[in-house]
Formats: sequence, structure tokens, C-alpha cells
Amino acid sequence: MATTYRTCPISGMQFEDQAEKLMRWNAVAGVLWLLVGGITALLVILTRWPAIKLLPADQFYLILTAHGIDMLILWILFFEMAVLYFASSVLLRCRIATPKIAWLGFWLMVVGGIITNVAIFQGESSVMFTSYVPMQAQPHFYLGIILVAVGALLGTCVFFGTLVVAKKDKTYEGSLPLVTFGALTAAIIATFTILSGAGILIPTFFWSMGWIKEIDAQLYRMVWWGLGHSSQQINVAAHVSVWYLTAAVLFNAKPLSEKVSRFAFLLYILFLQLASAHHLLSDPGMSAEWKVLNTSYFMYFAVMASMIHGFTVPGAIEAAQRRRGFTNGMFEWLRKAPWGNPVFSGMFISLVSFGFLGGISGVVLGTEQINMLMHNTFYVPGHFHTTVVSGTTLAFMSITFLLVPVLFRRELILPKLCQIQPYLYGISMGVLGLVMMGAGTLGVSRRHWDMAFSGAPFQYEWPGAAYLMMGLTGIFGVIAVIGGGLWILLIVGSLLFGKKLDGGKVSDKPTPIPSNTQAASAVAHGSDHVPVPGTVVLALLLFVSFVLYYFVNWKYLSEVWLLS
Amino acid sequence: MSAILPPSDRLWWKQPIDKVEWAWIAIAFVWGMIMFGMMIYWHIYGKQNLSNEAYKTTPELFAAKAEKFIAENTIRTETDQDIPVVRVPPGGDGYLIARLWAWYPILELEEGQTYKIHLSSMDYNHGFSLQPVNINIQVIPGYEHVVKMTPTKKGTYAIVCNEFCGIGHSWMLGRIYVK
Repeated sequence: MATTYRTCPISGMQFEDQAEKLMRWNAVAGVLWLLVGGITALLVILTRWPAIKLLPADQFYLILTAHGIDMLILWILFFEMAVLYFASSVLLRCRIATPKIAWLGFWLMVVGGIITNVAIFQGESSVMFTSYVPMQAQPHFYLGIILVAVGALLGTCVFFGTLVVAKKDKTYEGSLPLVTFGALTAAIIATFTILSGAGILIPTFFWSMGWIKEIDAQLYRMVWWGLGHSSQQINVAAHVSVWYLTAAVLFNAKPLSEKVSRFAFLLYILFLQLASAHHLLSDPGMSAEWKVLNTSYFMYFAVMASMIHGFTVPGAIEAAQRRRGFTNGMFEWLRKAPWGNPVFSGMFISLVSFGFLGGISGVVLGTEQINMLMHNTFYVPGHFHTTVVSGTTLAFMSITFLLVPVLFRRELILPKLCQIQPYLYGISMGVLGLVMMGAGTLGVSRRHWDMAFSGAPFQYEWPGAAYLMMGLTGIFGVIAVIGGGLWILLIVGSLLFGKKLDGGKVSDKPTPIPSNTQAASAVAHGSDHVPVPGTVVLALLLFVSFVLYYFVNWKYLSEVWLLS
Repeated sequence: MSAILPPSDRLWWKQPIDKVEWAWIAIAFVWGMIMFGMMIYWHIYGKQNLSNEAYKTTPELFAAKAEKFIAENTIRTETDQDIPVVRVPPGGDGYLIARLWAWYPILELEEGQTYKIHLSSMDYNHGFSLQPVNINIQVIPGYEHVVKMTPTKKGTYAIVCNEFCGIGHSWMLGRIYVK
């Protein structure tokens, strides 16, 4: 198929025509789902805020189901498709493989997303994101998700195909760039995830049609979480890749060590999928041995991988900044970083939130025995709002500030507001996560409409601090929704009204990545090695917080009733 | 050069790893082993481990066992719904039914005694959330989970349902007395 290649005058990146259109459509579709997810977020927040309690129970559960599906599946998956096409076709400077199949995947995802949303808003499918059997949704609820999964699988295959095209057309020499390697990690995990999803949702769809009589409730939970948790691990691999991408574009940062960073991604591929167990730690159906081995990703190798990325990403930035001459003291490199550039500020807040809040809380929550203190409490959504939102969504938002001029060829409107947005959204989301975890520590349930239990035969009065935490959840939740809404406004506004930018030279043939043999010999022996003391301090701070919080929770556990 | 280009050194896997990086990897590895060991340590020496004892069952079978237990051990009824308050024999077995949308019956326990509490659901997934102690256990239909519990403090405790189970989820509240 005839296609053209455009070299962006701002970034020097090369965009193939078909890939460019696919990335744009996927990103825009993602943003529209984020809009729906954001509106439902506001309604959820205003209902859980005890002083307001906006919606009646049935509408609350309906809206909460929609919020989960539209955010966790639709917004993130659409954006990730754009990331995959970017990491393959743009970074490797090649044409995209089988664009027609990529479009088929896109439209399947669109149609599937709409079908599932129709099912939810019809009101007979308020079964939550997890849709645990034997609670039953309408058949088209499951059908829509299956279509989305098939579409995403096609997109993932197109990504793999594009890697093959680049290899065959020799558009690069040597190994894949690290960011593409990270995207490959995400794609491999995605394949596993989607197959797990098919393994459980197709039988569940048959069951909802009456073709299968029964699905074991415990088995459902185990296989479903092979989809539910692994899909969050796609996000981790994707947003870590976006961190490396940001560091590379803004600072020309190179990884401290290709070997270490790639090894860490490899650990993700090998061990992250075991995390299905995180959701089954308080279940009856699995043995303690199974739980311990799986919840720890086979002895915490995937946690080790994340700790490695948490070191090498800021380390790469520090090394690059020091090479530029910001060498004073421990932290000049960080102080003099472009804090006014939303691409950087968003990425860095994402990195810190994911490490300090999401990472630590996730490991504690995933400890077999400690899980009993938190299972199904408000701690759980508190935790994943600091990973999937402060981590993934914020990373995707910040890279979009780069994509608007480069991919969409528009100048950003209202640059002052663009500067503020990552702080407004990132900080409020971080605090939101913390107060949600606080409420969960006090026992408050997730997915619960009424802290007063009206209609119950008994009464139970939550501690005053729990009400305080839920009030703060309301306040910071609303601020976060405003921050997210501002982002949508800025991005959509820029796409519609931003000044059009020059697209750059268009050519019929791709220009391969120039080979770089000269530099290679210099780098080979680490002659440009730069120490990174600031990153060491940050990493040790993370480690100390981690250890303290971990053991504090064992202390809490030792104080409850005895269980054996 | 950078993370968006192929590694400048074709033989990148032969590059030495910096000492500081090695040190961080070692810290992360050792910490992982400590956390892994901590779960095993707690199984041996800790006093809060979730029971592994579980059986496949059916709602009918479990309800029959629970009704027998209630008939034999009820000491009074409470509330206008006449919910039985059942004294679990110290060291003995107690049954707790989770169903739309109630925990049934009310259990009465003694401080310092150990009980085998059998949990199962008649319909959907439910969540046993003991408050204000904050112990949370998933209750799944078709599975009978036998949890050994020793209350450590006298008082009136609430069982909140913390797994979404439909429109009445928010009023699914149970009670346990510890004398």
C-alpha cells in the first residue's frame, strides 16, 4: 500500500501516514472515554461524600460500574494502542503492518465499548467492573467487553507485525530502543491478559445466554483476575516506557545501563501475571502456599523490577542533567529541571506517586496475612488510584502535552493552565489516594452506598476519623475531577483551536535511523560514566519509607483477633 | 544514545553495571527475600493467619447444617425480626450464613476462647468485614470456609458486608457479641 512519511520539524520524529491517523483516532477515542469516566467519577465522589450523598443506591452502583469499565478498560486501552503504534512505527521509523487490521481492531473496540456502556446504562448490568458470578449482567455487557478484547488483541498483533516490518526493512540497526522494548513487554503481557479474559468472559457470556448452567464462583475470581490484575501490569509496563520516553525526549537521557533496564522489563514478563493472587488472599479456595508464592510474584521479583526502574529513570535524568553542567550539590539537577514544562512535571509526579504511594501500598496490600486488614475496604481503590491514576493516567496525560504539537500539529492553547494542570491533578490525586487508604485502614468498605446502614436491623457507628477521611475524599476527589476536566479541556481545545503547526517534509520512503558506530566505541567502556548521588538519596528515602510502613502494618495485624 | 534509539553499543549486554546500580539491585533483592520470608515466618510464629480449611458445599447443605446448629444453641432472639442469638460452645463450631441481605444468625462468643466459624454464602459473593476489629474475609457461594477465631476483647461487633451484592448491600449488617 502506498504511504508517506513525515518528518516532524519539532522533534525530528518520523510519522508514517497510516500510523499517524491510527494514533490520533485511538488517542482521541481514549480522551472521550476519559470524559465519560470523569463525569461518572464526579457522581461517585459526590455520593460517597457523606455530607452530600448525591445519588440513590441503584444509580450509584450503576454509575460506579460505568466508572470502572470506562476508565480501567476503555480510556487506558485506547491510549495504550496509540502508545504501541508510537513505540513501533514512529520509534523504528517504519510503516505500520496491516493498517486495515489495525482499523478493524479500533472499530471493534469502539463498538464493544459502546455496547457495554449501553448495557450498563440500561440499568440491568450494575455488576461492577469485576462482574463476579453468580451475579448476572445482561449478555451484551459481556459481549461488549469481549469485542473490546478482540480489538485490543488485533492492535497488539499489528504492533508485533510492525516490529517484524522494521526488522525486514532494516530501518534500524542492532537492538530495539529501550522504549520499544518496554512497549513489547506491555504487548506480551497484554496477550496473556486478553487470553485470560477470553477464557473467563466467553463462558460467562454463554452462561448469561443460558447455554452453560453454572460457573464456579471461586474459579471465576481466579481466572477473571488473570485479566483484571494483569491488565494493570500492562499499564505499568506502558507507563514505565513513557517515563523513559519522556526522559529521552526532554533530556536526551540514556539509560544508566541498557542491560539492567531491559532485565527489569524481562522480570515483568516472567512474573507480573502471578498478581491475580492479590485479589484472592482472603478467599477460601486457595492454599496458603499458593497464596504466598503467587502474591509475591514468586519471591518479589517483579517488585525488584519496579524498584530498579524507580532508580534508573530518575538516575538517567540526573546523569543527563549533570552532563549538561548541573553538577552543584546533590539536587541541582532536579531543581533546575523544567518544572514549568507539563511534560516533565507530570512525568515526575507520576514517578514519585507510583513509587511512594502506589508501589508501597500495593506490596503491603498484597502481603498474604496483612491483606485481611484491607481486603475489599476503601484501601483497595485508594491503592489503585495511586497506581493507575497517579501513575498511568498522569504519565499518559503528560506525554499528550508532547503529542499535541508533534502528532496533532497544533500549538497548545492557554500555556499557563497547561503548566498548572499536572500539579493540580497529580497532587490532588495523590492526596485522594492517601485519604482513601486512611478510610480503608479504619475499615470503611469499598463499593458501599451508605455509611449509616439505614434499613439494617442493627446499627454500627464508624469512628469519627472515618467520616473525616471520607469528607476529605470528597474534597480532593472533586479537585482531582477539576484537574482531569481541565486536561480534557486543554487537549480538546488545542486540537480544535490551537494554532496549526508546520507538518514538516513529506517523503515516499522512510529515512532509516542513522547508524551510530562512532559513539559506540566511546560508550562501550563506560567512559562517560556519571555518578548519580541525588538519585541514590531519593531511592534510599523510598526504601526507608517502604520498610517502616511495611512493618507498621504487621504491628496492626498483631493486634487483631487471633486467627488460625 | 537515548532510550528512544537503538543502543549505541551493539554489544550492550557486555557493558559493565555500575557499582551503585548493583548495590540498589542487591538491596531490592534482599528486601524481597525478607518480605517473602516474613509471610512464612508469620505462618509459623504469627497469631493471625487465615485458615486453609475449606470445603465444596451447596447452599442447601450448608443451610441445613447451620439450621441444626441454630436450633441446638439459640439462647434468645433479638430485634423485631426475631433474629436468633446463638451461643457457640467454647472450642466448638459455629455457623454463619451470608445471604441477600443479612448475616444470620447473631453469634455469641467468649473472650479468649477459640471457635471454628463456618462461613458460606447462599447466593452471591459477600464480604465478611468484622468491625471495628477490621478483619476482612471473602465469602463465596459453594465454598464452606472454616475459620478459627479467638476474640481478644469483650464487646459488640458489627459484620459489614464489603463485597457488592446488589441493591440491599448497604444494609447487610450482622452482629457478634463477645462476653
